Amino acid sequence: MTSQGIKVLAVAAALAAIAIVVPNTNSFIILLTTRALAFSILVMSVDVLLGYTGLPSLGQAAYLGAGAYLTAILATRYQFGLGYDFWLVVVLGILIAAALAAVFGLLAIRATGVYFLMITLALGQCAWGLAYRWNSLTGGDNGINLRGRPKFGIDLANEVTFFYLVLGFFAVSLLLMYTLVRSPFGRSLTGIRERELRMKILGYNTWLHKYIAFIIAGGFGGLAGVLWAHTAGIVSPENVVLTTSVDALLMAVLGGAGTLVGGVIGALIVFGLREYLSTLVPWWQYVLGAVYVLTILYLPTGLMGIPERIRQRQTLSGKREDVKKIAPVTS
Amino acid sequence: MTSTLLRRLGWPLLGSVVALGLTAPASAAEELRIGFVAPITGLFAQVGKDMVDGFQLYLDDVNSDFGGAKVKFIVEDEQAKPDTAVTRAKKLILQDHVHMLVGGLLASSGYALAPVSTADKTVYIAPVSAADDLTQRDLPKYPYFIRTGWTSSQPSHPFGQWACDQGYKKIAAIGADYAFGYEVVGGFQRAFEACGGQIVQKIWPPIGTKDFGPYIPTLRQDADAIFTLMVGPMSLQFPKQLAASGNTKPVLGGGTSYDEFVLPSMGDEVIGHVSALQYSAALENPKNEAFVKKYRAKFGKVPSYYSETNYTTAQMIHEIIKNNKGNFPGQEEFVKQLAALKLDTIRGPVSIDEMRNPVQNIYLKKVEKKKMFGYDKEELWNTVIKTYPNVTQFGQFNKEEFLKTPVYSRDFPPCKFCN
Repeated sequence: MTSQGIKVLAVAAALAAIAIVVPNTNSFIILLTTRALAFSILVMSVDVLLGYTGLPSLGQAAYLGAGAYLTAILATRYQFGLGYDFWLVVVLGILIAAALAAVFGLLAIRATGVYFLMITLALGQCAWGLAYRWNSLTGGDNGINLRGRPKFGIDLANEVTFFYLVLGFFAVSLLLMYTLVRSPFGRSLTGIRERELRMKILGYNTWLHKYIAFIIAGGFGGLAGVLWAHTAGIVSPENVVLTTSVDALLMAVLGGAGTLVGGVIGALIVFGLREYLSTLVPWWQYVLGAVYVLTILYLPTGLMGIPERIRQRQTLSGKREDVKKIAPVTS
Repeated sequence: MTSTLLRRLGWPLLGSVVALGLTAPASAAEELRIGFVAPITGLFAQVGKDMVDGFQLYLDDVNSDFGGAKVKFIVEDEQAKPDTAVTRAKKLILQDHVHMLVGGLLASSGYALAPVSTADKTVYIAPVSAADDLTQRDLPKYPYFIRTGWTSSQPSHPFGQWACDQGYKKIAAIGADYAFGYEVVGGFQRAFEACGGQIVQKIWPPIGTKDFGPYIPTLRQDADAIFTLMVGPMSLQFPKQLAASGNTKPVLGGGTSYDEFVLPSMGDEVIGHVSALQYSAALENPKNEAFVKKYRAKFGKVPSYYSETNYTTAQMIHEIIKNNKGNFPGQEEFVKQLAALKLDTIRGPVSIDEMRNPVQNIYLKKVEKKKMFGYDKEELWNTVIKTYPNVTQFGQFNKEEFLKTPVYSRDFPPCKFCN
């Protein structure tokens, strides 16, 4: 277990490094990192489903949307959530997204594999349709503008303060999800991923396990949504559209499914390429495409799989040399 | 099994942070930095190209010299997504320290960028994004916002009057299902019904519709004419399918349905269709003729209103900077001076009203196949058949009463004569 301790320390060190390095860069980088971290919460929630439970969800943006639209509607219509009640909005955002997941889950969980993918896709598109067509509530295509970020003792309009807040939420989410996947409940999820039938025979109610995991992932999606709404100050159907769900899924796969932090790395890389490289060169899309293609061709386990592959290669080549050394003697 | 990889996550995270930390070099003094936001990739990339080309053409004309100030023109890709537009605008403001933001294509981009201009106290000029409320009911929220293009319903108001003048009594409307569609159709309905006409039907196909089969047969047979508002590929498909259905009714359309952006790709079925906009490439004045020829020689196509409005916007900015002897007068002062500007432009005389929207000519245009400006091929052109001079965003309506009614939407104005 000591190696596990080292890993946790490494993550903590990386978070500390982000906390120290990022605020000293320019404000655009701070904004981008804030956005990437907020989105990472969504990516990690996808990973809980994809990497640990074996459920490839293509509708995760719906929960981001639920949290984001709730935040925007409360803030613009009722001036709610712009002071200390921001914390209440966080709770409500998590609850409403979890509730949405509880409804969607009833429909989706019965299926597995590609069928699960299709059902979550369809449900995600329903959420998008609502956001796009329910003009009176969501502002339709134009979306909703938030006027300013919450202020409670600290002023979140300050990019650095807001960055720390999002980083805090991110760290707590990471910790919670890490605890979740290592708990007996998380282990049973992994069991379901590996072989659902066996878990059933062992007496586990696998449907309920998956359903609960789906709701929890939805809740984290909602949290990501609340933060996301405040990063850009605008919530529009773009946040709920299929590509947002696909992005989250791709980021999880790019970093390495079933690792939690892999998704974060995926998110940082994609945001870095799409939002930052794109301001420097016009051919950034080729780079992003190449990264995706190369990862899927050569690193099916994602970027987090690199060290493992290197180790495998080393041990393999080591063994071969052993064989060569031994071979002449025996012959 | 996978959790054994957690150990090595320190360096990739750090690496990406360091990579992100490489910032662009600070820009030199005594230059005018203009941040331009347009869709360069994605569905609307071609429109974005027209926008950038128009602005760039003006910069090339004056050698990027605005009365002594060297213009640094920084283009960012908004991908026609509002939150991308916000991040790009933030990049331009925070990292490039631009003096002003220009651009934004869709109404949603305009709605997203205007608050950024308020929050960061930076001028935002919208040459294209036409969402009505930005210069109407929402204007007080955006003190740094000014428009050099148009409001969606601006050409529709005289257009509705014109339809009455033609003797049309009943018109069926079909428009793309989003805010811009509601505003163009809504403006037309208000004006047409104010002079005694009746909108007897409103159909809203979703944006991006390619097959109008389900919609065309439902168009009311007792209508005297059809009013359409299409955008992008819809503009090409609808007239084709309407003609194939054997339609003989006159067809009227919002400006973007027949703009020069789509016109060259259209067939003869659109000949005779009438639309209204503040610009036509077939405007017969020497300025426009020179502009069309120059633009066509350089970019190989006839300029669309997207090109013209950005060219004109660059000209307006030039005028202000020139008046200040090459200096940027400060954000508030710039908005004030630009709002007071009167300029003779390619599209005709333009001034800005007190709600910071242009007052300009609205041209009623009929699609014709003819030769123009000495080009030797017969092509489709938007021939101007009537000019309404100095039209404001409120048109023939009283401003105060206008502002008391809600913004045009799916349900406003209500369809009193439907059924």
